[in-house]
Amino acid sequence: MSDHIAKAYDQDITALKTQLAEMGGIAEEQLANAIQALTKRDLKLADRVIQNDERLDELERRIEEKAILTIAKRQPMAMDLREIIVAIRVSSDIERIGDLAKNTAKRTHAISEALPRKLATGLSRMGAMAQDQLTQVLDAYARRDDEKGLAVWRSDEELDSLYNSIFRELLTYMMEDPRNISPCTHLLFGAKNLERIGDHTTNIAENIHYLIHGKTITETRPKKDVTAMMRASDE
Amino acid sequence: MDDASVHKAIVTPSAPRIMEQRQPKVVAKSVNVHYGEKHAIKHLSVNIPDKAVSAFIGPSGCGKSTFLRCINRMNDTVAGCRVTGDITIDNKDIYDGKLDVVQLRAQVGMVFQKPNPFPKSIFENVAYGPRIHGLAKDKTDLERIVVESLKKASLFEEVKDRLNHAGTGLSGGQQQRLCIARAIAVNPEVVLMDEPCSALDPIATARIEELIDELRQNYCIIIVTHSMQQAARVSQLTAFFHLGTLVEFGDTDVMFTSPQDKRTQDYITGRFG
Repeated sequence: MSDHIAKAYDQDITALKTQLAEMGGIAEEQLANAIQALTKRDLKLADRVIQNDERLDELERRIEEKAILTIAKRQPMAMDLREIIVAIRVSSDIERIGDLAKNTAKRTHAISEALPRKLATGLSRMGAMAQDQLTQVLDAYARRDDEKGLAVWRSDEELDSLYNSIFRELLTYMMEDPRNISPCTHLLFGAKNLERIGDHTTNIAENIHYLIHGKTITETRPKKDVTAMMRASDE
Repeated sequence: MDDASVHKAIVTPSAPRIMEQRQPKVVAKSVNVHYGEKHAIKHLSVNIPDKAVSAFIGPSGCGKSTFLRCINRMNDTVAGCRVTGDITIDNKDIYDGKLDVVQLRAQVGMVFQKPNPFPKSIFENVAYGPRIHGLAKDKTDLERIVVESLKKASLFEEVKDRLNHAGTGLSGGQQQRLCIARAIAVNPEVVLMDEPCSALDPIATARIEELIDELRQNYCIIIVTHSMQQAARVSQLTAFFHLGTLVEFGDTDVMFTSPQDKRTQDYITGRFG
């Protein structure tokens, strides 16, 4: 896209993109560290994640202010308008991803003993998948790559399936031994957080599509999270 | 037409939505306008719906005002101007040789950039048209037309105690509303507005925009504006002109969020002038 006649307008939009890229980078790091902290019971790392979340909040606030000011000053139209609106939405999704990562890290403190290895493995796998989705979708956003965004949008189904199987698995551990209930509950929340992070990446993918085409995605996303309807006796 | 298809405007997929609900009022087919050697409008075809506001936007010299002036044959008065092609209003050819141009201009009212009231009283400004066209039965009827027109133009309350004062003594915004009252006093079907707010302050502009929104219930309104925000606010359909061609004509909501043509996109986002 060629430049605006008013150069300061280009600078406003570039500033938004730069801040969003920074936010995305921090969120990726936060998520990686949160998973590492929880699965390895690394309390120090967990604390770092909790502290760092402020940076995401601050960046979101700055992006929002910049976006509002740009709308007021420039009355953006068409692509520019979508660019700014999408920046607000994406920054809010990234901020929520940060919150979920922080919440996951916090649970490290609640688990008193090292996790049974097989449990940590499931969560690690889910974590790796969520991280990959986040990386891919941020990349798609930076490159304005709709196809790549849609690939993430569709792949979220797998994360949902994995969440379902972890949910079932944790239920069996809890039934096996009531002492497992407390750590497993925290793990369950951790897994739920990762599943929610996946949902936020699909939001971002939808916004990339809107940004490029000016239309919302019409097909419905395959959803596989069925845990709301699951009972222990189903096992 | 030789290369008519090349110049055919993109009609955005949403355009039929408004066109389906409303009858086309003004229909142009392969219109070409030359000013001497200059080819000002090239193979323009468009259907403009009734009871809606259509906005014409585009950079200076793109032909939007020229096309507007074809609709009430104001271009007839410009030396060296040649108009070819068909323009119909309600299926009647307005370039028909037998057509009474004075009658046409009553049917197609016009409001200009600079308010231009006659140097007469407020009452006389509005009464002039109905009187020369013989629209009033008697004096009482004429008064009724004047009051109604001033009311429709949202001016009556402000001037009702001084109808015999000079129209030129009103504020700019009031003068413009007086001109709108004058235009609608003769029961036009189409109202053309050539940048009606560019000489007004923001408050007067807002009042005119409010008025345009009310008037669209009864008229086919076509407005030329340099303010994209104004086009976005007041119109249901927007036409983008560039270098004498109609580039894109569609639903205003779509034109300002996701236009189809790159030239439209570049213009409305401030990327070329």
